[in-house]
Amino acid sequence: MKKFINIRLAGVIWIILATIPVSAFSQTEQDALLMPGKNLCIAGVGGYGSWTNYWEGSFKRDNQNIGRVSTRSATLMLSYGLTRNVNIMASLPYVSTRASQGTLSGLNGFQDAGFFVKWRPLMLKVGKQNISFFGVGGYSKPTNKYNIDFLPMSVGLGSSVLSGRLIADVQRNKFFTTLSAGYLHRSNVNIDRPAYYTTRQINSNEVNMPDAGSFQLRSGFRSPKLVAEAALLTITTFGGFDIRKNDMPFVSNKMNSTNAAIEAKYYPFNQQLGLNASAWHTINGRNVGQVTGFGAGILYTVNLKSKKTLN
Amino acid sequence: MEKLLINAFYTVLLMLCLSCNKDIIETNATYQALQPLALDANAGNWKPFIVGAAADLTLPAPADVSSAIYLAELKDLKSISTNPTAEQRTIIDYWKAGSVLRWNEIMRELVAKHNLAPYQSADGTYPVPNAANPFDYPQFPFSSPPYAARAYAYVSAAQYDALILAWKYKSEFSRPAPYITDGTLTVSIPKSNLPSYPSEDAVIAGVSFELLKLLFPADIEFITRMANEDKSYRLWSGANVQSDIAAGDSLGRWVARKVIQRARTDGMATANGNPSIWKQLETDCRARGETPWLSQESPVRPPMLCQYGNLKALLFQPDQMASLRAVPPPASNGKVMREQLDEVLYYSQNQTRERMRIVNLWADGSGTYTPPGHWNAIASEEFVRGQYSEVRWARNLALLNAAMMDAGIVCWNTKYFYFNARPSQLDPRIKTLTGLPNFPAYISGHSSFSGAAASVLGFLLPAKAEEFKEMALEASNSRLYGGIHYRADCEQGLATGEKVAKLAIERAKADGAD
Repeated sequence: MKKFINIRLAGVIWIILATIPVSAFSQTEQDALLMPGKNLCIAGVGGYGSWTNYWEGSFKRDNQNIGRVSTRSATLMLSYGLTRNVNIMASLPYVSTRASQGTLSGLNGFQDAGFFVKWRPLMLKVGKQNISFFGVGGYSKPTNKYNIDFLPMSVGLGSSVLSGRLIADVQRNKFFTTLSAGYLHRSNVNIDRPAYYTTRQINSNEVNMPDAGSFQLRSGFRSPKLVAEAALLTITTFGGFDIRKNDMPFVSNKMNSTNAAIEAKYYPFNQQLGLNASAWHTINGRNVGQVTGFGAGILYTVNLKSKKTLN
Repeated sequence: MEKLLINAFYTVLLMLCLSCNKDIIETNATYQALQPLALDANAGNWKPFIVGAAADLTLPAPADVSSAIYLAELKDLKSISTNPTAEQRTIIDYWKAGSVLRWNEIMRELVAKHNLAPYQSADGTYPVPNAANPFDYPQFPFSSPPYAARAYAYVSAAQYDALILAWKYKSEFSRPAPYITDGTLTVSIPKSNLPSYPSEDAVIAGVSFELLKLLFPADIEFITRMANEDKSYRLWSGANVQSDIAAGDSLGRWVARKVIQRARTDGMATANGNPSIWKQLETDCRARGETPWLSQESPVRPPMLCQYGNLKALLFQPDQMASLRAVPPPASNGKVMREQLDEVLYYSQNQTRERMRIVNLWADGSGTYTPPGHWNAIASEEFVRGQYSEVRWARNLALLNAAMMDAGIVCWNTKYFYFNARPSQLDPRIKTLTGLPNFPAYISGHSSFSGAAASVLGFLLPAKAEEFKEMALEASNSRLYGGIHYRADCEQGLATGEKVAKLAIERAKADGAD
């Protein structure tokens, strides 16, 4: 049976300087898994990511005035199998940040609610290989007007994101490889001040957010009881500007990163209760923190079809 | 079901395309051409700030409008202005909103560009920007708020003084604008009856070029380009002949050189202080039985511009400092200070989004045009509505910026006179919602600048006086909400700014402009 919510939610993806774990496209939309029809998966995931080094442009440095910046998150996720080839998903993270040194205050609050539709239009069997293709459409939107002009302590970037992703998955026996590419159309954001400097002075409170691309390669072992995988994830902003030397980060910075991640999902008793754990590390980046993060979660699946008969 | 999905997919694609236009329209992009409501023909008699009589300036009398030289200039102008290229039109449309306005915006941009504290050297000390070597890191200058306040003030005062002289020569020589001597000229900006020799725009370009070159030497290329554009647009738009421009440019640069002589000897060169002065400030403070300010930056950074408080002011004499300086702050071990500290702690621990908005709106920190720049932006939007002549624009900005520079001087003098600690130094539980400035707390710089600015703007635009006052109060409170200032810093800062503004207002009442 194909499963469930991929939980690395708690982490890897839109890691901005503040290590914001979940973001826009919380990554349930990023794997090649589907819930069975009429099944609902509810997941709660906790994440912790932190960094001491970060990149100002390509210049890697630390900063004793913030020390270690850490982000904790708790995310509620829902995934529902509309049909055996179509899933809808939703996620809502709560995020809290903290700096270990200096005077900067941490912030906390609900971040962006995400909604995704995953569709598998095509499944092929070529020899011993099962090949599947997926299309994912998503939209995420800040749940409140959280403070985006206080990076790296902000809980998010405040942009609404419309995303599309294509996924190709090859499975042979219990081993699989997934390749995916996503495009993120990010809405402009408004800050609380009437002017700001990027590479020039801009006299507006509106900030142009560069769109972004996300590419992923995942590979591992997939069985009904256990999914274990390693992944390479990149995020690239198409535009944006570098943090200047000793300047503060800004929402519309170019924020690129390459992360390595491992993740496992385990169903110890049956297909109802699952456990998840993940870890990730930023290998390279630009205008982001070099994050090391961990996440763990519980997944619970309800078969709504059978429930009816039970009643 | 899957059909529905395909439709949904296309809908999403369509939405994507529709929302692709992310262009931003800046607040200053839609300004119309300046059409002064009054010519201020008598401005040649207004009272200048720094540069008075033009005894050693020889501005040649312009050639008569019937002379061959003039007619040749007119002929050239006709060919230049008849068919401006698209690029020239863009430049005309930019500058026609007003040269004082545009140079003020340019200056704000340069301040923002250079408002970054230097990154530490490997040994944990901080390099100091060097005017003699402006291109190397750290680029000169670090345009911190005090540096910026002085820059805005000198440029505004110099523009104003130069335009007073320009107006004097305009009425003395009374050369009509080229489109008045030749009705067939194509003119792409509003016409005016103001005499055209020397060109006020060239005066502003000349004076701004020389001063900005001194203040932001690493941007010489940009400054040169803008000055050339400002002068060229007058030709491309058919507004001035070449000799109007040449005379204006040399007048502007002459005034700028006079102002630069003052700037070189105003104390800024030594305003950083030195290690023995920094130590002495701490020792003296302890000797008074108070807790001295300590840098909370790591590595420890020397206090910003500790001698700026001794700068030569524009509106008062050194012997007035004692009466302008704020009263002593609450004793650092006393009950009042504890109460004030508790108040800061309260705001630090009870953050609201509305207070964060206020903190962000007025933070004007790293990489911004600073609080004086913010007030220049506020003033500019108002002055655009006022449709002032260039000379009145310059006068109003000179008053505003002189008041802010001098409020900054008194504020910095007060800071280093008392040298008192920031809230987060006395109570480490206090966390801040904005960057912690690296200099003593009492009195708040933002409050001083804002108190001064709001008072001067309230004098210039009485109908909005209350609004400006509320803005200044909000700017002042933002520092308390942000966890970096006590209430006393804010209140005394506002009061000090207002006190300095009174000097500017007294001056304005007698400068001949009203």
